[in-house]
Amino acid sequence: MTTTQEPQTAAVEPTRGTRFTGWAANYIDERTSISGLVKEVGRKIFPDHWSFMLGEVALYSFIVILLSGTFLTFFFQASMVPVIYDGSWVPLKGIEMSAAMDSTLNLSFDIRGGLLMRQVHHWAALLFVASIGLHMLRVFFTGAFRKPREINWIIGFVLFILAMLEGFTGYSLPDDLLSGNGLRIIDGMVKGVPIVGTWISYLVFGGEFPGTDIVGRLYTVHILLAPAILVALLGVHMLLLIVNKHTQFAGPGRTNDNVVGVPIMPVFAAKAGGFFFIIFGVIVLIASFFQINPIWVYGPYDPSPVSAGTQPDWYIGFADGALRLVPPGWEVELGVFTLSLNIMVPLLILPIFLALVAFYPFFEAWVTGDKREHHIADRPRNAPTRTAIGAAGVTFYAVLWAAASSDLIATHFKLTIEGVINACQVLLIIGPIIAYFVTKRICLALQKKDREIALHGYESGRIVRLPGGEYIEVHEQLDEYERWKLVSYSDYKPLMLRPDAKGRITFGQRLRAVASGWFFEDRIEPVTSTEIERSHSDH
Amino acid sequence: MAQDHDGATGGDAAGSTVEKYGANPPSAGTAVVVADRIPNPGFEPYRPRVTDLDEAKERQQERRVAGFFILSIVGTVAAIVAYIIFPIVPGDLNSVRFNNLFLGIGITLALLSVGIGAIHWSKSLMDGHDMVEQRHGTRGSDETRAKAVEVFTLGNKESGFGRRTLIRRTLIGALVVTPLPAIVLFRDLAPAEDPVPLLQHTLWKKGTRLTRDPSGTPIRASEVTLGSAFHVIPEGLNELEDKLEQKAKAAVLLMRLKPEDLQVSPGREDWNYAGIVAYSKICTHVGCPVALYEQQTHHLLCPCHQSQFDITREAKVIFGPAKRPLPQLPITVDAEGYLVARSDFTEPVGPSFWERNT
Repeated sequence: MTTTQEPQTAAVEPTRGTRFTGWAANYIDERTSISGLVKEVGRKIFPDHWSFMLGEVALYSFIVILLSGTFLTFFFQASMVPVIYDGSWVPLKGIEMSAAMDSTLNLSFDIRGGLLMRQVHHWAALLFVASIGLHMLRVFFTGAFRKPREINWIIGFVLFILAMLEGFTGYSLPDDLLSGNGLRIIDGMVKGVPIVGTWISYLVFGGEFPGTDIVGRLYTVHILLAPAILVALLGVHMLLLIVNKHTQFAGPGRTNDNVVGVPIMPVFAAKAGGFFFIIFGVIVLIASFFQINPIWVYGPYDPSPVSAGTQPDWYIGFADGALRLVPPGWEVELGVFTLSLNIMVPLLILPIFLALVAFYPFFEAWVTGDKREHHIADRPRNAPTRTAIGAAGVTFYAVLWAAASSDLIATHFKLTIEGVINACQVLLIIGPIIAYFVTKRICLALQKKDREIALHGYESGRIVRLPGGEYIEVHEQLDEYERWKLVSYSDYKPLMLRPDAKGRITFGQRLRAVASGWFFEDRIEPVTSTEIERSHSDH
Repeated sequence: MAQDHDGATGGDAAGSTVEKYGANPPSAGTAVVVADRIPNPGFEPYRPRVTDLDEAKERQQERRVAGFFILSIVGTVAAIVAYIIFPIVPGDLNSVRFNNLFLGIGITLALLSVGIGAIHWSKSLMDGHDMVEQRHGTRGSDETRAKAVEVFTLGNKESGFGRRTLIRRTLIGALVVTPLPAIVLFRDLAPAEDPVPLLQHTLWKKGTRLTRDPSGTPIRASEVTLGSAFHVIPEGLNELEDKLEQKAKAAVLLMRLKPEDLQVSPGREDWNYAGIVAYSKICTHVGCPVALYEQQTHHLLCPCHQSQFDITREAKVIFGPAKRPLPQLPITVDAEGYLVARSDFTEPVGPSFWERNT
């Protein structure tokens, strides 16, 4: 090794720094063969688009959560042992509370930077779930879940569920009035589960609600179990991202067979690394100026008081809203047993909704029958039915979410609570239907507009008077790069039912034909070169 | 450097196949394949940035990036200084506020400046050309797959996994049942006793005085004026070890209405005392405290999910997801004029559960 390096040494006098890096790199490589990894990954290409940063926001806010959360564990006591508060917050002095609440107050008021870290942790958690949600919407609406990325979609979905679990368990740890009421609702929901509910609640709480165990148990879930699974799945998520390579939007020179963008070393590393610091900085900025979860205002948990207008953290809202929208009287008695439909129906609707989200990629793959790999992200308008389904889902979620604030909506806008709830109940059913049709029409209209522009150019704003006295607006043709973005998308037609080899039409095929018709009956074909030529010769 | 796009594959649009699929290319399903597709025009020519053309500008940007990094160092120092010069003074909440604010601003400056500097560096000075990398089919090549199959075949042959069915089946059986002790182990998450009787009883019994929450002082019937409402706990609750668990079941709301406003069902005639009624405060939906009493309409509202109960009609549900009325606590007065319970609740309080009526 040294002999081959010597000629270089003679040619360029290396600085001490270079010599050290060379020595260190050699030392590590001889023990890890890491040079192979650097060679493989170092110049991997990442395509650029603002929407690709949403997943990065999720990743970076998760790192911020890990860092700030570790700090918090050094001061937090996950114990429900009753203590008498004797800290800096005067209104609660002498009040009995759990050690969890006491230590949370102490780390907020008596540890320098403790309040800051608590607020960083909470704000980062809110951002984490929000950015995962937006990232999922981006992947959904651009069709980035298609082959070969279906498994990564499922992994991402599990990460989303874990993020919500982390959020809820963290919310419950300080054992303040709000978190205790949140747990009370969970307890009530669990007890509403037929046959096993009573026992599950009993086991989870270690006896009767609230018991003295739940904070310690949630703590284990919050800082060990859930984060371990989260980190492992995040690793697989990233690994599959490298294996599959990132999708890219259609653009000149970009095809389904290449990736166009910036290499990891150095541009992407600088951009992504810089972006991490920006996300971190913005979270700290918010945490320094805006208070969040002031548990000292709520006080310790007590099953008796509750404050009006209480709200869960935003991502639990849809579940809380689902509970609120159940009409009166949904509880039946089966002999001596009680079946709480007012709890079971939301408890079933939410998993069904989430399952639809999780398994949508497989449904669409079945409808199109397309087994090819897809690496070009769709513009949402170019998949009108998918986009419309997504809009319906978003509306469904949004109505549930709004319903969780029904009391606040009522007080802020001077409406009746009953009116807001009833309106949400109606909207929950018809809102998604309206959203579906409106979105589909908008997509088709946008596709028509694209087609028009690709064929006949855009309005230049230049008005010309013809010799005959007629005024026309001159249309300018797009350049071929701009046009390419409008005309390159995948197009499907409805499935034509044909008998199979045995001359039969199976039920599955019929079903698929119906779904395919629903998906692709209304379609705008991409402009072809023949059409372009024809439109040019017309002028 | 930008590579010129290969014209041969340039016609491939979104949805075209990736080159490597082995012998059988995958089905395109119902995708439309058009012969006269508009060809991919290839890359747009690179538009040089001002830093590519002007060396003075390049040096200016270099100074700017370094400026951000220096600003970051300033922020770090500021954060440490803030930590020291804004200590937390016990009892002074403004000191907490200042510590939080200035420490946070320092850290923010340190972080944001690094981030903005790095991104500015990448955008203004690093090579701005788009690069191209070819994709390959995700599946392994036929050769690789054949090797993988061979590994399993050899494994099977050398172990006899497929052939020795007795071993295979007993192994699978053993593996399926080994996790069972782990499930059994969780039984002791909760005490041994049956939870159902616990849920069916509260601390209230005949003669227990109604006391104020949280002070625990008893309430005379004469103190409960018309239209007033009291948050009530059973006497002696505060001295109990398991007071939160007991309170979660025994919390009561006490109200006085005009006796003629109350619609009393048969059998409950003596459950109120001169228009004073006591109802469980624990919502029959999922157990939030039903804490909002509207004096004029005599309605109780649960702030969690907006169930409403009409006290004049024995806490019947008039709106919201709850089904059952709030259980009523039968009350009377003792010899000293204090309100006492006549008995425990006659049904389980709080959220419904499967074994509720057993």
